[in-house]
Amino acid sequence: MAKRGVRIRIQGLTHRYSARSALTFERVEVEAQAGEALAIIGRSGCGKSTLLHIVAGLLRPTHGSVRLDDTLVEGPSPRWVMMFQAPHLFPWMQVAQNVGIGLRFAHRPKDEIRRRVADAIRLVELQEFADANVQDLSGGQQQRVALARSLVMEPELLLLDEPFSALDAFTRAALQRDVRSIVKRLGINMVIVTHDIDEAVLMSERALIMAGRPGKIFHDIPIDLNGPRERQDPAVQDMRARLMKAFEEATRLQPGDSDDEAPVRTGAESRPGNIAKTVVATGNLGPTRA
Amino acid sequence: MPGPNIIATELAGADTAATAVIDAPLGLGKTTRQAAFNFVAGLAILFALWWLGIELLARSSSTAYFASFGPLPALRAMGGMWRSGQIQSAVWSSGWRLATGLLIAIAVGAPIGVLIGRVRIFRELSNAPFQLLRMISPLSWEPIAVIVFIGWDSAIIFLITIAAVWPVIFSTAAGLAKVDPNWFKVARNLGASRWQILTQIIVRAITFDVLTGLRLALGVAWIVLVPAEFFGVTSGLGYSIENARESINYDQLMAMVLVVGAIGYLLDGCIVQLIRRYGWQRHS
Repeated sequence: MAKRGVRIRIQGLTHRYSARSALTFERVEVEAQAGEALAIIGRSGCGKSTLLHIVAGLLRPTHGSVRLDDTLVEGPSPRWVMMFQAPHLFPWMQVAQNVGIGLRFAHRPKDEIRRRVADAIRLVELQEFADANVQDLSGGQQQRVALARSLVMEPELLLLDEPFSALDAFTRAALQRDVRSIVKRLGINMVIVTHDIDEAVLMSERALIMAGRPGKIFHDIPIDLNGPRERQDPAVQDMRARLMKAFEEATRLQPGDSDDEAPVRTGAESRPGNIAKTVVATGNLGPTRA
Repeated sequence: MPGPNIIATELAGADTAATAVIDAPLGLGKTTRQAAFNFVAGLAILFALWWLGIELLARSSSTAYFASFGPLPALRAMGGMWRSGQIQSAVWSSGWRLATGLLIAIAVGAPIGVLIGRVRIFRELSNAPFQLLRMISPLSWEPIAVIVFIGWDSAIIFLITIAAVWPVIFSTAAGLAKVDPNWFKVARNLGASRWQILTQIIVRAITFDVLTGLRLALGVAWIVLVPAEFFGVTSGLGYSIENARESINYDQLMAMVLVVGAIGYLLDGCIVQLIRRYGWQRHS
């Protein structure tokens, strides 16, 4: 397994799906150090999943660039692997075959595939299901297989697109804890996109709050919590409240994001692009970066 | 006139039919011993009814000649025909025509099915003509085939092809319609090339439906083959049946009818095994 992460630099990223469609997001700037875990929080439609697809090389941005160390992301690579909202496993394959499919695509030798697949399956604690058909597994187990399928590629960056949103609360909590622990143990980077503020607090070291249409990153808030993170911990609760406040502030600034048609601020700060300009001008990643 | 969505309905129908035909003969959920017992018992009942029917007919003087249609004369004749090589020769001739016709049907039908499954304009344009052509009985093409093709062999192969091509087309299209586009995204994400996506994802994903289509195609082709061989050719199972009728060897006629049924059953069983081996869809 990989033992190090990668420095992420997202510069001036703007995207629209076609020439006639509205901007999905604009001028997004993010930097992250090797081994850092980021959460991108925002409502549906703010462009956070699109942003993640671009970082994964599955979409080409309209403007801007994504660099991982010195490599410009121009397409998918085993170095940066994405895990999706649903596991999307190949139902005609057993667990081990699903986990090893990426290595087979890469024409790795059979012995190496066998060894790495066994390691990855052990990592997600599915040893006894290695030969099971994936259709016989529960939703949580299937998502573990998808995680193993990503980790077996030994990526430097693991991208998670709301990977636990379809799971029950118990399974979700277990996977959140396990994924964070695995990512920390491997020393790789992680970027998770989520609606769930708790998930961001429990899994990441920084939360980027995205809002508006087109989407922009409004806040970049460090989550400095030491030791294991439990939902009931006062420090976790405080951080959750802080993120919620920042999220509400961001959505109040953007009428498209507000459920209750909150009053729109007038003046420079409500004009699209201004906050992103602030990001660029200050070199900071958001007005409230602590 | 079929509506614009008739092919979609057809595809859904093909899927349901596929489930039904796969499940039916296998006795899924039963133990091997039960399945073996049911196999033997079912055949025993069939033969008993056959024997009883012929016995009743043979008792009347006006239908006494039906006695040679019974199972025992047929089985005796089958032994003799096997030893003389008549059965092997007929099976070889018919098998060659069947295989050639099916291969052409797959070669033509699978790409057309891919086009229907992937290209909306082709699907919409081809809907009406394909529905019209599909409903023409394959044997009604025979006079045209005899005129168009030089030899009877070619004409029979054409009839098998025209009978078998529709299930292949619609099953391939149905298979493609069920391919989850997210599988492509996952495969790309893991570094798959286009060729790998085609060979390791698409082909594998639609194998069940293509094989189901092949099974349906085989059934139709087998039904068409025998009457198509009644005329013009001097070999094959259909010819042997017709020849036995003309020479009033009814025991041989029934022997060949049994052979037709047995080989059809075996071929179908082979495809069922392939479907069980390569099928991955779970049905409740």
